[in-house]
Amino acid sequence: MIAAAAVLAQGGPVIPNFGRGDECARSNGKFCLHWFLDNFDNRFLPRVVEHIEMTLIAVSIGFVIAFSAALLVHRWPRGELWFANLASIFYTIPSIAYFQIMVAVTGIGWTTIEIALISYTLLILFRNTLTGLHGVPPETLDAAEGMGLTRRQMLTRVELPLAMPAIIAGVRVATVTTISLATVAAFITPLGLGAPIFSAIQTGANTDFIAAGVLAILLALIADLVIVVAQRLLSPWQRARGGAT
Amino acid sequence: MALSSSAAEIVFDHVTKRYGNSPRPAVDDLSFTIPVGDICVLIGPSGGGKSTAMRMVNRLISITEGDITIDGTSVKQMDPVELRRGIGYVIQQIGLFPHMTAEGNVATVPRLLGWDKARTRERVRELLELVGLDPEEHGGRYPGQLSGGQRQRVGLARAMAADPPLMLMDEPFGAIDPVTRERLQNDFLRLHKEVRKTVIFVTHDIDEAIKMGDHICLLRQGGKLAQFGTPEQILAEPADDFVADFVGADRGLKRLSLRRVGDVDLEPASNGANLPAVEARTSLRDALSIMLASGGDAVLVRDEDGQVTGQITLMVVSRLLAEGQGEPPS
Repeated sequence: MIAAAAVLAQGGPVIPNFGRGDECARSNGKFCLHWFLDNFDNRFLPRVVEHIEMTLIAVSIGFVIAFSAALLVHRWPRGELWFANLASIFYTIPSIAYFQIMVAVTGIGWTTIEIALISYTLLILFRNTLTGLHGVPPETLDAAEGMGLTRRQMLTRVELPLAMPAIIAGVRVATVTTISLATVAAFITPLGLGAPIFSAIQTGANTDFIAAGVLAILLALIADLVIVVAQRLLSPWQRARGGAT
Repeated sequence: MALSSSAAEIVFDHVTKRYGNSPRPAVDDLSFTIPVGDICVLIGPSGGGKSTAMRMVNRLISITEGDITIDGTSVKQMDPVELRRGIGYVIQQIGLFPHMTAEGNVATVPRLLGWDKARTRERVRELLELVGLDPEEHGGRYPGQLSGGQRQRVGLARAMAADPPLMLMDEPFGAIDPVTRERLQNDFLRLHKEVRKTVIFVTHDIDEAIKMGDHICLLRQGGKLAQFGTPEQILAEPADDFVADFVGADRGLKRLSLRRVGDVDLEPASNGANLPAVEARTSLRDALSIMLASGGDAVLVRDEDGQVTGQITLMVVSRLLAEGQGEPPS
């Protein structure tokens, strides 16, 4: 509550830190590069780090939950509808509403934000893992079983490697979605790149607004690129496809 | 070549497979013995239970009644995973692992068996060469980068990796174009002469069965045994109308395809006749075709050096068929 109050109380100067105090900053220009660079380390970098932390925690925990659920459902298919419906419900709740509802349960802070962010990752991660596992050709499984692989070996040596591209595609979408949702999380508590954006909405500080927005976009693009590269490195056979007739 | 010639005798002893409470069994009281080192072809119409019968050998399908023994040991008494690692398994769709290279695929069972890396690598190279692939050129390729025929060769090498005494092959050449299929069939027969394993080979193609089989096990609808015998026996003495129908009205010609001109006692070549000539390794069926196409009733036979060794006449061919004589040379 204190942190949120602090944001609201920031009535003072339009741009809190005048830095070099150049003309652009004083007149609240569209985007003041000098001011941005001067304030990057103390004003923006911590937000970027928070944003990455929020995303990593949410996607990691979401992955563990969704992946485990997908493995269970793969073994005992009865649970599929149950988990898919649950995850769908989470996915359907509008994010701002969800953040607010969770405040009533877990208060303001990291826990609230993470629970909401994790909830949104579940559906895509679950679906993609299961789609990947179901996409393994039946003849490949027949051959694997016929050659004497145990169930566990079939999973770890055949099914999961073949499901990898679909799983990573799920991680990719979940990560990018989480990065954008995490900006909304600042509605609850000033964490991540959403914080300067929300404060700028109130203070009208153009540079804050644009800088944080662009940083969030860059973060999403970079994360996307990193995951695509990882996917290619982890599934070399996919690139190789179609090399011969 | 470091391949052992170990092979196993397989006995089907009143084997029945019933699914759930279905009144009609999929495989019904099947009994026959496959001698050591034989290729036994399971053939029949769809619904004849041939794949089911084969898959009970490595327990991918459980046996309802009866037993299957490998060298006297019941498959039921063996751990299914251990059992399967000791049996080569090739299927029509090949089922190569798309995420592993040709080498990785062939190394699957040796790795499961815990062979050391050097031994596995050497074995993989040896097998790729054995099935007619170049380890340097094809070994590092993924299945997606190989042609259908090359993939089936990798599948074959993979099945033979741990030198199993028994191989199960479920329509292994079924999805391959006719030219490649014939080449693979010939290569496999040549290979089989070298490694002499017991093979159970499922097909629905009677010509393939006649070509590949030392024995043919013909199943009818409902998984019942229609006839078990050598291709010659089944073609010459079909047990009933179903068998006669299944092998086709041209079974006489098919029998001729089992024999080569060079295996027949030739008549002396008639002097001066302007006859077509065939080589000694030509089948009697092809020789007959050439004879009839030329409008005559005889062909000359040449040996490998091109020397005419005699002639074969229509009379001789029809007498061979009529007598039902002459096992194909073993």
